[in-house]
Amino acid sequence: MRDVSIIGIGQVEVGEHWDKSLRELGYYALNAAMRDARIQHIDSLYVGNMLAGELTGQEHIGSIIADFAGLRGIEAVKVEAACGSGAAALRMGYVAVAGGLSDIVAVMGVEKMTDRQGNTVTSALAMAADGDYEALHGLSFVSINALLMRRYMHEHGYSKDDFAPFAINAHANAVNNPYAMFHSPITQKQFTESKMIADPVSLLDSSPIADGAACVILAPTAIAKEFSEKPVRVRASAIATDSVAVHDRRDPLFLEGGAISAQKAYSMAGIGPADIDLFEVHDAFTIMSALSLEAAGFAPRGKGVALAQEGQITRGGRIPITTMGGLKARGHPVGATGMYQIVELATQLRGEAGKNQIANARLGMAQNIGGSGATVVTTILESGN
Amino acid sequence: MALMKPVRSVGIVGYGAYVPRYRLASAEIGELWTDGNAITPVKQKSVPGLDEDVATMSIEAARNALRRATGVAPDKLGAVWVGSESHPYAVKPTSTIVAEALGATPHTQAADWQFACKAGTEALQAAIGFVGSGMSDYALAIGMDAAQGRPGDALEYTAGAGGAAFLVGPAESAIAEFEGSVSYVTDTPDFWRRQHERFPEHSGRFTGEPAYFHHITSAARELLDQTGLHPADFRYAIFHQPNAKFPLKVGEDLGFTRAQIEPGLLVNEIGNTYAGSSMIGLTAVLDIAAPGDRILLVSFGSGAGSDAFSIRMKETVDHHGAPATRDYVRRSLMINYATYSRFKENYKLN
Amino acid sequence: MEVARFWRTTGQRYQLTGEVCPNCGNKIFPPRDVCPACEHEAKTPYTFSGKGEVYSYSTIHAAPEGFEKYVPYTVALVRLEEGPLITAQLTDVDTKDVKVGMPVEMVTRVLREDGERGMLVYGYKFRPVLAGPR
Repeated sequence: MRDVSIIGIGQVEVGEHWDKSLRELGYYALNAAMRDARIQHIDSLYVGNMLAGELTGQEHIGSIIADFAGLRGIEAVKVEAACGSGAAALRMGYVAVAGGLSDIVAVMGVEKMTDRQGNTVTSALAMAADGDYEALHGLSFVSINALLMRRYMHEHGYSKDDFAPFAINAHANAVNNPYAMFHSPITQKQFTESKMIADPVSLLDSSPIADGAACVILAPTAIAKEFSEKPVRVRASAIATDSVAVHDRRDPLFLEGGAISAQKAYSMAGIGPADIDLFEVHDAFTIMSALSLEAAGFAPRGKGVALAQEGQITRGGRIPITTMGGLKARGHPVGATGMYQIVELATQLRGEAGKNQIANARLGMAQNIGGSGATVVTTILESGN
Repeated sequence: MALMKPVRSVGIVGYGAYVPRYRLASAEIGELWTDGNAITPVKQKSVPGLDEDVATMSIEAARNALRRATGVAPDKLGAVWVGSESHPYAVKPTSTIVAEALGATPHTQAADWQFACKAGTEALQAAIGFVGSGMSDYALAIGMDAAQGRPGDALEYTAGAGGAAFLVGPAESAIAEFEGSVSYVTDTPDFWRRQHERFPEHSGRFTGEPAYFHHITSAARELLDQTGLHPADFRYAIFHQPNAKFPLKVGEDLGFTRAQIEPGLLVNEIGNTYAGSSMIGLTAVLDIAAPGDRILLVSFGSGAGSDAFSIRMKETVDHHGAPATRDYVRRSLMINYATYSRFKENYKLN
Repeated sequence: MEVARFWRTTGQRYQLTGEVCPNCGNKIFPPRDVCPACEHEAKTPYTFSGKGEVYSYSTIHAAPEGFEKYVPYTVALVRLEEGPLITAQLTDVDTKDVKVGMPVEMVTRVLREDGERGMLVYGYKFRPVLAGPR
């Protein structure tokens, strides 16, 4: 197996791109990553995407984007694992390069959500849940997270306000990220007073719907320096699954898929949580941050929220999370999100995070979650410096 | 005409009621359409929730009937019959939905009955014949409605929702026995709803004397004649309940007292439940009747006809946790006219 | 219209029929043919009592397509007395009265319409236990 590195990164601003189509968004991110790696050609393209068919009426987007980017003829496929599509695509690209079947591989996450409105998007997102046993009963994706949050509060004795540090931290970090959707910090008071969406989940617990695309170029580490002064090594990429329906989990408040994928990743990298310098969590909702921190071994059961309350998730804390704004404030273009996490980790590990730079960051981890925990992709990257 | 009585004796093996949770006060309707000057025929009426229809209400009433019918497994039901004038589908049986939910499928006779407010008792009369002839040991007869009344029309005050299910079986295992019944029908167009129309029409005061009173008194007198019984032989009497006044008046005409009628008179609290109206009254009486008590049941369906039954209580009822009819009557949440309009889908959303 | 899809699972939705594992006795809902506890094949039908308690709940204001007319409505995870957790709507209840641990019972209701002209989809919901007499 070959060691794999990221030799180029590219992203478009997360937001409402009324004037850009999915293929354009994908092309811009791909083009930026290829320019960053100073390459004209790639062997293959893996596109992480969840809802192109449902929200833009276009499937078959591997070929669409490859052709639009002037790369007709290359291998290109879409990878889908709900909101975990982005990092799942990275895993496929990683397997291709590590296995020696491809040398230069682009991995992209792209999503175009704003072509459709309101309950069409609500219904589309609910496809991440169990169609026959959750969505058929009228559950939205938000409400499934609300069920988890309510139970978490009940079992561990937290109030709704206790979740505020996750959102406050994310917004504070997004201020300095030019690619983030929001650039305004929020206060505890704003969090407390924010509009309820699905009790106890309010607007400021939730990440926004958006358009976006982010891309990296992978190459064998052995030749990485030919393309980049600061290659970032992929130390681990691991996917684990759990039941799609929350009611089928052995314990709804423990992300077993998150724990398994983190363990696989730690074991691939030969490290443990204590070695990780920053952690990009899948904060689609504040409750997911807490559950992800616990599953990945950064907090004991029920202590994810306490960790945030103690200030340990901020840039100066024990385990900084959502360092560029996270899903909450950078925005959550669902199938693209996992690749934004990777691009942001690489930015930190290349030392290019500007005001948000985590000092001496060497090992960074991301956890990208499909559904409410049914697919969890853990990626560990290491600075090549 | 001879008394209708089956070859073998049959009775009520189990019964169950259902009334939705919501209530709309007549005063609320009157305030909207008449500045409060309406003469309100009932105090309030029951309103089904947005997720309720004749199929769902029938399922719950039938489940209650099966709970009281100790030892009768759902697959023993030879028939599942639903009488209603508000079947959820114009074409497609309600009865198969109910039979499936009860676990009575596939070896059962399923059918929907229709005869305005008499659809339930005609299913009951047919069930007596079905079991009494030996074609099956058990038949389920349901009368259930989610009645429609045009906004502002007199029917809007009373058109309620609810009904009852009766499990008919051999008299040996019954809590009450059918002593006999009669049916009395003529072509009298006092109330109807044409194909594809949303709300029914009625012919005003014509619905009274030539329709309701004539058919009920004729059927009841025929039953009394044929059985040789007198009003005083009955502990309870239930007449179709389109409003609070008619059943008391028709009872008085026939020689029954308020004390005989009031235990089964629910219309003031839940409105007119159409095909369920007299049948749910019977469930309220069965909840309190003692062995030996005799009960008169007379339905009325527009178009028009009445079925009359003499029923004799045999056993004390073992409820096995099934709610009493009055439990459903008491379970009530008052709603305003706006919520009512929403529940009845009278607002155009699309 | 998705007639076959809804028809296939009629028994589960109308009656709460799942499975029981012939090996370890575990009660299973939704049916999945393989016991999640012991991984033995489990295809023996088992009809649940419909009794349970609220494990968690939330209220939906922004509904998916097909559920718009019902908002606001309450959804819940319900712990059935036989063991499994199930996702369903609560009905005949005001959200402010719902509590974790509240006893509920299954009722069969309309889940949604498959469009204005399509079929009616019936299925399980749960409501506060309506106490029986005596």
